[in-house]
Amino acid sequence: MLLFLALAPFAGSLAAICIPTDKGTPAAWLSGGVALFCLAAAAALYPIVASGEVLRYDVNWLPELGLNFTLRMDGFAWMFASLVAAIGLLVVVYARYYMSTSDPVPRFFSLFLAFMGAMLGLVLSGNLVLLAIFWELTSIISFLLIGYWHQNAHAREGARMALTVTGTGGLCMFVGLMLIGHIVGSYDLDIVLSSGDVIRNDPLYTTVLILILLGALTKSAQFPFHFWLPHAMAAPTPVSAYLHSATLVKAGIFLLTRLWPVMAGTDAWFWIVGLAGLSTLLLGAYFAIFQQDMKGLLAYSTISHLGLITVLLSLGSPLAAVAAIFHTMNHATFKASLFMAAGIIDHETGTRDMRRLSGLFKYMPFTATLAMVASASMAGVPLLNGFLSKEMFFAEAIETHKYNILDTVTPYVATLASMFAVTYSLRFIHSVFFGPAPHDLPKMPHEPPRWMRAPIEFLVLACLVVGIVPSWTIGPFLHTAVKSVLGEATPVYSLAVWHGWNLPLLMSLIALVGGVGLFLTMKSYLATSVEGPPFFRRLEGQRIFERVLVTLSWKWARSIEMRAGTRRLQPQMRILIAVALLAGSITLLTQGFKPAAFALRSIDPAFALIWLIGMICAVGAAYQAKFHRLAALVLLGGAGLVTCITFVWLSAPDLAVTQLLVEIVTTVLILLGLRWLPKRIEDPDDPGMMTMPVRLRRLRDLVIALFSGIGMMLVSYTMMSREMPEAISSYFLERAYKEGGGTNVVNVILVDFRGFDTLGEIAVLCIVALTVFALLLRFRPATESLETPEQQRLQNAFDDEHPDRKTGDSIAEYLLVPSVIMRWMFPVIGMLAAFLFFRGHDLPGGGFAAGIAMSIGFILQYMAGGTRWVEERLRIHPLRWMAIGLVIATATGLGSWLFGYPFLTSHAQYVSLPIIGKIPLASAILFDLGVFSLVLGATVLILIALAHQSVRAPRAQAIRAARAAAKETA
Amino acid sequence: MELVLSAGIGVLTASGVWLLFRPRTYQVIIGLSLLSYAVNLFIFGMGRLRVNAPPLLEPGGTGGLLTHTDPIPQALVLTAIVIGFAMTALFLVVLLASRGFTGTDHVDGRE
Repeated sequence: MLLFLALAPFAGSLAAICIPTDKGTPAAWLSGGVALFCLAAAAALYPIVASGEVLRYDVNWLPELGLNFTLRMDGFAWMFASLVAAIGLLVVVYARYYMSTSDPVPRFFSLFLAFMGAMLGLVLSGNLVLLAIFWELTSIISFLLIGYWHQNAHAREGARMALTVTGTGGLCMFVGLMLIGHIVGSYDLDIVLSSGDVIRNDPLYTTVLILILLGALTKSAQFPFHFWLPHAMAAPTPVSAYLHSATLVKAGIFLLTRLWPVMAGTDAWFWIVGLAGLSTLLLGAYFAIFQQDMKGLLAYSTISHLGLITVLLSLGSPLAAVAAIFHTMNHATFKASLFMAAGIIDHETGTRDMRRLSGLFKYMPFTATLAMVASASMAGVPLLNGFLSKEMFFAEAIETHKYNILDTVTPYVATLASMFAVTYSLRFIHSVFFGPAPHDLPKMPHEPPRWMRAPIEFLVLACLVVGIVPSWTIGPFLHTAVKSVLGEATPVYSLAVWHGWNLPLLMSLIALVGGVGLFLTMKSYLATSVEGPPFFRRLEGQRIFERVLVTLSWKWARSIEMRAGTRRLQPQMRILIAVALLAGSITLLTQGFKPAAFALRSIDPAFALIWLIGMICAVGAAYQAKFHRLAALVLLGGAGLVTCITFVWLSAPDLAVTQLLVEIVTTVLILLGLRWLPKRIEDPDDPGMMTMPVRLRRLRDLVIALFSGIGMMLVSYTMMSREMPEAISSYFLERAYKEGGGTNVVNVILVDFRGFDTLGEIAVLCIVALTVFALLLRFRPATESLETPEQQRLQNAFDDEHPDRKTGDSIAEYLLVPSVIMRWMFPVIGMLAAFLFFRGHDLPGGGFAAGIAMSIGFILQYMAGGTRWVEERLRIHPLRWMAIGLVIATATGLGSWLFGYPFLTSHAQYVSLPIIGKIPLASAILFDLGVFSLVLGATVLILIALAHQSVRAPRAQAIRAARAAAKETA
Repeated sequence: MELVLSAGIGVLTASGVWLLFRPRTYQVIIGLSLLSYAVNLFIFGMGRLRVNAPPLLEPGGTGGLLTHTDPIPQALVLTAIVIGFAMTALFLVVLLASRGFTGTDHVDGRE
């Protein structure tokens, strides 16, 4: 049940994104259904939770690292989960009417549900790491939701700011949580919650505290990180109502409350949390008075109320914690309804500017009444839920918890802030609903649709009922939540409306009267003033934030790049190789590396001669690569052949076969590419070439290259002349036949023991081939390479001169005899590939070699007959072959699941076929078939994609010429 | 044997590294190919050099390092060869595209 509760929103999110973008209503129904389901699930779990039991759902994920997928629900998590689900349901109903059909509404609901899932996951996490994951998810999805109207620059900036601030905080928090895990020795929440003394007495406590508070305070928009919240108001109003009143910003509060039993009570906690909360409470309320944007006012008021909750949590007394939990719920109800009301006004009038709005009571009396009740609750008027928790707050503020200045000023600040709250609440109501009738509004205001108002009605009703009869309605739920946080320390508290004439009531009265008075004196100033509070207007958090960002990511980054970076490749390569060389040499020299003594006796003269040729080829290729590309390519092939012979000589037949085949394909590939490179003609008489700096540069490169070469030689010689240590090789040699059913150990390793690596490797090959294909689709050759090659021009000129020949005849007759042979070679090569493939498990060969061999067969046909000739006769679908190969390989791997074995377990069997005889038929051969198909497809795709360029360019030219001709005739 | 092969690895490395520092894309692609031969041979050499001891078992039998050469470096190099081919192909196409877009075959896309 717990699992369903956490996963249902994500499933719904996936479903919602599949709905076509113009179908908003089904998406809304789906979201409503999911939210209702979550609410029902939470309700069904209540009896268990209320009995004090903690529900757990465990799945081992990475138990070695202490990371398990643990969901855990106690009373507090239940309260938050139901809050998330209930407000989510109401907001869905509201959003159904709020969202305009011109927006991609299903995307909105999909993100909305994903956010709901992340939030539910956050409150239900029973593991600190899991909690951090969901925490980050809420940050990311809120970024997407705030930026939902991405065409709007404000929305983009607001979203980015929110993500930067909360994301940075989240990272700090993650480190903090890891430290807690380190201190306690477990990430399990139950264990963490029962080891409060260990955490508080640990030397790392202050570090942990600061890191976690950075996370919580940024998320809950506490001073000095509060500035992102007002900018997040660029989001659609349902998002503000959900994220910025009830859920996202409460995540910080949730974390503080969750960790309250283990972290609170120390001086550091009191000072940091208290100072942040108190300044937020006061500044938020003060700023709220001077906002002209309705949502801006509500945003600052939210900041202030979050500050209030933070102050309560800072006090460290159980009663204050009760008040904090209570106020969390109350604030969610009245603030969500106010946001929705503000959204209705915006929706029906087209503006949120309070200087333009006035006298709306006449046009929308119902909405006005609802908003007034909710605002009264926000101001803390008696008989409403806001009043109750505010009274509790006052009572706690008066209590002395610590003997210091912060504790002494708390009651005064609290009263002042409540006074401001009364002022801005009054201001909100008065300027929007009263006064003269509005003029020149973008739209004629009227009441919203019936069901758009329903969620507000419900929430306001909740405010009233909870405010009048608290102990009958919210009482038991609150008690369950409080008990799960405080446990044994649960204090006796009373939810009564009337506590008699006492100091908190007096403070409330002062705040009410003072607030009204303040409003009356400021009324005329506010009606016309510019946005933002006096004195603080210039000191905008946003601007500071922007400036820091610009400095960090632009100025400093640029100056570092200017000084330390280069965009040129050559210096980068030099530094890279030089650093690698130095790192290698220093390690070897300091660790006492002694090169082995050279032994000349065991040298086979033939082998030495072959390598002499190989070295000449290598040096020659290096020398010729600039001016004689073809020669360099031939010499490169020579070096490759020597490598291949070395493999044959030294007992590696598989490598030799593969190397030889790859060598052929590589050579063809580079030959195909040569045509598109610019001509480079050596000019030995150019005196300007060999200047002194050029010589020095080359000398330096030569020195690095020589050192690299000598280093590699010494290291490899020393390694090779040492005794072989016992490693895992014998394991494979012993079991290749017994367990893999093949005698070619290399092939068995590839397709069986390390089949997963091979799967990854062919996937890489697949990606490379697709990338090559995609790059070449948009290939634009340089204009000087476009013209027909010289040989073809000569041949065509010859045809033109002889009247009995048609143009192109010579080209068709070119290499006539070889091309006939090449055509005949096709079945032979196919046979060879099949041979290599089938013997692969027991003898040298295998899927790789067979695939490349087959692709050589295809490319020979291209060379013999030309692209068009081949494609008219053969069906060449390399993309399909690749896809089939990947599917076969993966399916073979998955197949072993059917028999209850791990992924890619192989089964071996010999099968006798008529004529051919006994062949090994391990299930690995199917896997190898996948490898074959994919290698074949990838190689052919790469080669023919490049070969097609020569056909495409003349075709494009012909089209251009035809167009030009058509223009002339016209 | 070991001395010859390691000298060969050294020369291949030196030629490859020299070419990596050159300004033309074609030089770099040849250099990378030479370097990948060197690296493949180096990895292969880590299994020690054996003549006439391929890692092929008798049907039904088992093997050991006394009678057979080490199969692991061979398996590693086999995949390295194929991946090396893919890398060469990709690099070749990138250099052709770069030449098409920028009009030059300099590694920085400008002279």
